[in-house]
Amino acid sequence: METAKKRMLTGNKAMAEAIAQEMENDQNVFVLGEDIGKYGGIFGSTQGLIEKFGPERVLDTPISETAFIGAAIGSAAEGMRPIAELMFVDFFGVCMDQIYNHMAKIPYMSGGNVRLPMVLMTAVGGGYSDAAQHSQTLYATFAHMPGMKVVAPSTPYDLKGMMTSAIRDDNPVVFMFHKSLQGLGWMDQLDYAVGHVPEESYTVPLDKANVMREGKDVTIVGIQMMTHYAMEAAERLAADGIEAEVIDLRSLAPIDKDTIIKSVKKTHRLVVVDEDYRSYGMTAEVAAIVSEEALYELEAPIKRLAIPDVPIPYSHVLEDFVLPGPDKIVEAVKQMMDEA
Amino acid sequence: MFEEKQPAVSVDKLTWMYEQMVKIRYYEDQMVEAYTEGKSPVFNIGEGPVPGEMHLATGQEPAAAGMMVHLTKDDTVTAPHRPHHHAIAKGVDLKKMTAEIFGKESGLGKGKGGHMHLFDPEVKFSCGGIVAAGIPHAVGAAMANKMKGKDWVAVAFIGEGAANAGAFHESLNLAALWNLPLIVVVEDNSYGISVPKTASTSVESNDLRASAYGVAGAYVKDNDPIAMYKASEEAVNRARNGQGPTIIEIQTYRFLGHFQGDPELYRDKDEVPGLRARDPIMKLRQQLADAEKMSEQELEEIETRAKKEVDEAYQFARDSDYPKPEAALNDVFTS
Ligand SMILES: Cc1ncc(C[n+]2csc(CCOP(=O)(O)OP(=O)(O)O)c2C)c(N)n1
Ligand SMILES: [Mg+2]
Repeated sequence: METAKKRMLTGNKAMAEAIAQEMENDQNVFVLGEDIGKYGGIFGSTQGLIEKFGPERVLDTPISETAFIGAAIGSAAEGMRPIAELMFVDFFGVCMDQIYNHMAKIPYMSGGNVRLPMVLMTAVGGGYSDAAQHSQTLYATFAHMPGMKVVAPSTPYDLKGMMTSAIRDDNPVVFMFHKSLQGLGWMDQLDYAVGHVPEESYTVPLDKANVMREGKDVTIVGIQMMTHYAMEAAERLAADGIEAEVIDLRSLAPIDKDTIIKSVKKTHRLVVVDEDYRSYGMTAEVAAIVSEEALYELEAPIKRLAIPDVPIPYSHVLEDFVLPGPDKIVEAVKQMMDEA
Repeated sequence: MFEEKQPAVSVDKLTWMYEQMVKIRYYEDQMVEAYTEGKSPVFNIGEGPVPGEMHLATGQEPAAAGMMVHLTKDDTVTAPHRPHHHAIAKGVDLKKMTAEIFGKESGLGKGKGGHMHLFDPEVKFSCGGIVAAGIPHAVGAAMANKMKGKDWVAVAFIGEGAANAGAFHESLNLAALWNLPLIVVVEDNSYGISVPKTASTSVESNDLRASAYGVAGAYVKDNDPIAMYKASEEAVNRARNGQGPTIIEIQTYRFLGHFQGDPELYRDKDEVPGLRARDPIMKLRQQLADAEKMSEQELEEIETRAKKEVDEAYQFARDSDYPKPEAALNDVFTS
């Protein structure tokens, strides 16, 4: 007897499928960005779209981020539902005015009278020697500023479900996808970049964290790659009798405080792992939430693992040193358990 | 009385250009090999002695050689993400540059920068990975030169795709307004990654945009090293004499992918063989042999010398040590 095989997709195909389904549903949805047409997006997020929908709805742009992201804003105000791709999040520097002064503020400044139903999708992350201007995540930079929903899914299932939600949302959503989790043939082949994705359309909420693994001894909060590293660390810790609960933060803004607090109340220990800079970052935010709302639940000081406030270096020996990974997580957890 | 004749380019200058172009070509050929190490049979961008993105300039040698022949180490050059040809022709320390690309301690940036981020203040060279970002830096260098009362110039090299970035337009307006000794060289290799120029640029060539800023414009056809020499000479003289900025666009050829590993599905399979048939290095070699009566032996001597320098640089890079991991924490602030 044959059991039905689960339908498996890479991260990039999951994203592209969500976009294609929404484009079929709604004539107002369109995509614009650099190399998103024939090339299918440098990180594959728009693969197959131009073949299906043509160049009128899948627009390759010049290298003019201010103009095309600004144009996405202008068209969204007119009722279109644009998805603009900023090829690497690092390039936000050339167009941030449009993003944070306009996309993020117009709905508020208009007293809610102007809607900007748009998605700004962008690739984040390092670990493959792309150096300081092409390896950042900048999670906190975006999550810090009010007026944008900011999400960072880490599985193909969530990439599809959250992209669908993002397109349907009437607010601007910054959709960060991790290069290494796209399942691309030319990068590290990671098991977790491929996963079960149903064919039919579905949504995943934009404001809920996901408990990836239950445990009673310590809570590890991660984002994207760091969630997967936390899962690897948890497996190894389990062999030593330490049961870690792993939370995939998934939604950076708004942040799902309840899931974090609930977990810490159970485990009484917290490690936060982030691929962004340490100071003023996501690790600080999660630590602050727990300090404010569950301080007396803690049996040990919170530990934070993140990039130690240096630009991301090129040489792999240097990059390995600054990026958190499973070893560092295991070490931090063990240290924490010993201290108690 | 006498007719105005096209000033001939001296054989010394042509020889210098030829040597640079050969050096660049051989350097990039060696880089193709080095980059491939550790990446086969399965390509993984993060593996091998040279990981990360790799944008090579094979075919684009004339732009660098034809401009740099007019510059000294006091003139500033900024380059984009495809910087090796500019760096080599500007006289960047080849050993330290190669070591940087191999991520070594002895590299220009101690392994922190890599191939897109090469800085050699000794010869006033820099480059970066953000499209068009080097143009305003060149404006600043030109401004500094003027403030210091020097006749030094600043040259920003960019791809044709970069000419659609705000930084291009803002910089040219500023440089024109302040009458700065700036030259912008637009290397039109027909593509910005996969997007053809016809799909990104509203005018045929960027020298046409010069009038919009009130600067001079020049166009160099068919990747011609000598035409590039002449256009550059005029632009450099103009800048040195305080007569303001120039935009030079050169039609050039990208023989390789945008980066190594690019499947190049966006261009015709016959395109590159067609471009390679117009190899500017072969053309210049022919010219040196025919017009300048250089012997085969003389030409080979030049080629051997250039290749030796490159081989030594790669050897130096391979022999150098990796930085200590903790060195990642240094240099955030200079001391
Ligand atoms: C601000 C910015 N946007 C996008 C990119 C991604 N990118 C890198 S190179 C490139 C194409 C550049 O084309 P062109 O200027 O013609 O230079 P070429 O690669 O052809 O030498 C793009 C889009 C970038 N590095 N910086
Ligand atoms: Mg180009």
